Amino acid sequence: MLSRRLSALTAVAVLAVAATACSGGSDPTPAPSGSGAAAPGVAAAYQPQHAGGDLHLLAKSAGGSLDPKVNYTLQYWQLFQAMYDGLLAFKKVDGDASFTVVPDLAEALPTVSADGLSYTFTLRKGVKFSTGAEVTVDDVAASFKRIFEVDSPTAGTFYNGIVGAANCLTDKATCDLSQGVVVDPATNEIVIHLVAPDPELSYKLAVPHAAINLAGSPTSDAGNVPIPTTGPYMVASYDPNTALKMVRNPAFAEWSHDAQPKGYPDTISETFGLTVEAAVTAVQNGQADWIFDPPPADRLNEIGTKYAAQAHVNPLTAFWYLAMNTHLAPFDNVKVRQALNLAVDRDAAVKLYGGTQLAQPVCTVLPPGFPGHVDDCQYTKGGGTTWKAPDLAKAKALIAESGTAGMEVGITTTDDEVNKAIGEYVQSLLTELGYKATLKPISGNIQFTYIQNTNNDVQLSLTSWYQDYPAASDFLNVLLSCASYTPGSDSSINISGFCDKDVDAQMQTALTTEQTDPDKANTQWAAVDKAVMTQAPLVPLFTPKLIDFTSKRVGNYQFSRQFYMLVIQLWVK
Amino acid sequence: MSASPADVAALPPRGSAPSTPAARRAGTAAEGPWRRAAGQLVRNKGALASAVVLLVVLVACLLAPVYARSIAHTDPFTSNVSGTTVVDGRTVPVLAPSTTGLGLGVTPIGPTGDPAHYLLGADNQGRDVMARLLYGGRNSLLIGTGAALTTCLLAGLVGVLAGYFGGVVDGVLARVLDVLWAFPVYLLAISLSVVLLTSGLHLGPVHIGAGSRWLPVLIIGLVYVPYVARPLRGQVLALREKEFVAAAIGVGCSDWRIMRRDVLPNVLPTLVVFLPLMVALAMLTESALSFLSVGVQPPQASWGTIINDGLGLLYTRPAVTLGAGVAVAVTAAALNLLGDGVREALDPRARLRGAA
Repeated sequence: MLSRRLSALTAVAVLAVAATACSGGSDPTPAPSGSGAAAPGVAAAYQPQHAGGDLHLLAKSAGGSLDPKVNYTLQYWQLFQAMYDGLLAFKKVDGDASFTVVPDLAEALPTVSADGLSYTFTLRKGVKFSTGAEVTVDDVAASFKRIFEVDSPTAGTFYNGIVGAANCLTDKATCDLSQGVVVDPATNEIVIHLVAPDPELSYKLAVPHAAINLAGSPTSDAGNVPIPTTGPYMVASYDPNTALKMVRNPAFAEWSHDAQPKGYPDTISETFGLTVEAAVTAVQNGQADWIFDPPPADRLNEIGTKYAAQAHVNPLTAFWYLAMNTHLAPFDNVKVRQALNLAVDRDAAVKLYGGTQLAQPVCTVLPPGFPGHVDDCQYTKGGGTTWKAPDLAKAKALIAESGTAGMEVGITTTDDEVNKAIGEYVQSLLTELGYKATLKPISGNIQFTYIQNTNNDVQLSLTSWYQDYPAASDFLNVLLSCASYTPGSDSSINISGFCDKDVDAQMQTALTTEQTDPDKANTQWAAVDKAVMTQAPLVPLFTPKLIDFTSKRVGNYQFSRQFYMLVIQLWVK
Repeated sequence: MSASPADVAALPPRGSAPSTPAARRAGTAAEGPWRRAAGQLVRNKGALASAVVLLVVLVACLLAPVYARSIAHTDPFTSNVSGTTVVDGRTVPVLAPSTTGLGLGVTPIGPTGDPAHYLLGADNQGRDVMARLLYGGRNSLLIGTGAALTTCLLAGLVGVLAGYFGGVVDGVLARVLDVLWAFPVYLLAISLSVVLLTSGLHLGPVHIGAGSRWLPVLIIGLVYVPYVARPLRGQVLALREKEFVAAAIGVGCSDWRIMRRDVLPNVLPTLVVFLPLMVALAMLTESALSFLSVGVQPPQASWGTIINDGLGLLYTRPAVTLGAGVAVAVTAAALNLLGDGVREALDPRARLRGAA
């Protein structure tokens, strides 16, 4: 999810400076002034003395539509956490526990039928929309239908398994989910029926695209017009050219401290338009409290020294990689793909990203600390389980064997500072390996869809992937399965066009195993990862960390590994 | 100060120069107009100093490969992100990770003062800034000069044809110039660059690759054509009414011969005056386009790309941007001063003023 939008929209740059996902890493920075510290995985109790004030956020530009079923950016997903609720939610706490799914608008976690095809929920009573209307099961049914009505970006990938969804995806006019989402107003019961078991459904129901909206909400993208919220905040005003302002939802009463805790600031405003340089200065001067965009490279040292107490560095479950088009020369030759894996100096990529405190070299698709990850490095000098150094001699030998030296290779990156710098490094490396390499930096607004479309004949591209939810399939199955490869489409997330029947079968086995034995499934995913890297359709570069730079007055910083900084838990008083 | 197109276009006709009694008194029968202008230019200290500066810049840039290979021992087009160098006898990384505080960020080595080891420091790819500055100058000057020549050539052609033939030819050409003139020059240049940089130019037998340096030459050369062609056209329109042109027509000279022998020599001084000014303008435009990543493409360098590269290092390594910025400013100023000198040298009125 996140990476898709971050790359496709304005936020590519956001993650550009972020960095290394070290396993189970925690914030290495000193605790900010004031902390509502609680036991790990437990949400701290509300401290009313810190309530109030205006939390002033800055972003270079707006994040697009306010519609929670349409928007797919980290920028707004982070804010949606304070406004919208689904039947389930990721626990809003600091650290690894934030990957835990808890009941939100549902009274409890679902009861799953033995065959894994039915999920039964009971809707919580007494929860109200910001309009004052109570949330009903009809709203739930309408919300699931709305996923397809508004063409939610994940309609075809997350929710296509609901009975009736297949028709909704092809013909919105006759969309009928009455057999897939069965509700009973008398008992407040909701049953979701699937066409096939989906062990990851709980995760998919906990993201903003599955938020419950008021029945009667627009059947197309609501755009800049906010739709009623259930969470502690609602949007008071929004102008994508100037600012977004959130105020408390008068109808909100906390029902689950884990799923939707009360927030501290009275108002939250996000102002758009300042350059990141100016935004950093504003936070340093106390004129703003946080910047969404990553600090520029030349301000990192200053932030890490003079403002260390205000910097929060957190590992992300993500990776940056070079996608090689397995259908185009020279990367249709596995030896060339392996050669590039051997030749790329991951340390160089890490340096260009901001250094070892911001990124960690990787050799696998699954990030360190992620379910299914096992340390393994097939392409490092001297061998081993972790990356040590590039092996140029071996790489050159493989290229000589392939007979592809001298070919033209285009590298497509986004045009921001970090991506372009890494692209320039790769261009230099390919030239050294004997290719005629050219760099094609293009706008971050279009690069992600451009590199997916096979009609554009992109040979090599730099991109990244940030988890939607904590499951190995969200990396391996999404990025590298045959089903994810759609020639001629802007939505062909398998950018390498990698399709190996044996590996695909292994993925299906792991998906099936997930339903009954997650640990065994993770072992199987590790094997899939290894098998994929043997075919080398991509070059994993590094796993990033994210820097949150907050003002001096901000306290109670907490970082959810799922949705990042918990905005409304910040104190400004 | 640079001469405006209006100033330049105000140069007097030279059909039978020197054409005024005062000019005739100042000159001698043995001294042609070009020789006289050269003498005047040499006596202009400002112009002379500018020419010397330009010569130094030009020679330094031409010697870029010598500097890179024999002095700095570096390849300015190859990334050296994980490389090391020697400073004060110690081996240090070219890109040094921060070791203080949270250890965030990586800083390229700064100016060392040692020509053999990163005299002006490194950029974010670990490349020698001094070597890139010299190579970048070659591209900036090449593109600036190439584009200015293209502009003057096309403008001369359009201006002479439109002014001489008038009527429909003038109407069509003048409207084409109007259309080009209607676009803000940078907007037009950026638009053309964005389109052509992705696919290159394929126009009949002309094929220019996407990353070729000829693309910025062509684009910049094209967008400035109206700025030179319009005053030239006006000048030719006036020349067309002169007696010597009427006489040439009267004795049956062909249009081609009249344009070549009577009109062109009269507008040539104007074009010569325009040339250094257009080189400066084209060089600045190239720098701007490259700064916006739509000019010279990596790993090639120009002063504009180096300024762009240095933008992300402005706080920590300002030398990267400043070096290229100073080079652009000095060269552009020298070209403008030289252009002024050329204008004064070719303008008899200015010569008279100098003699008074």
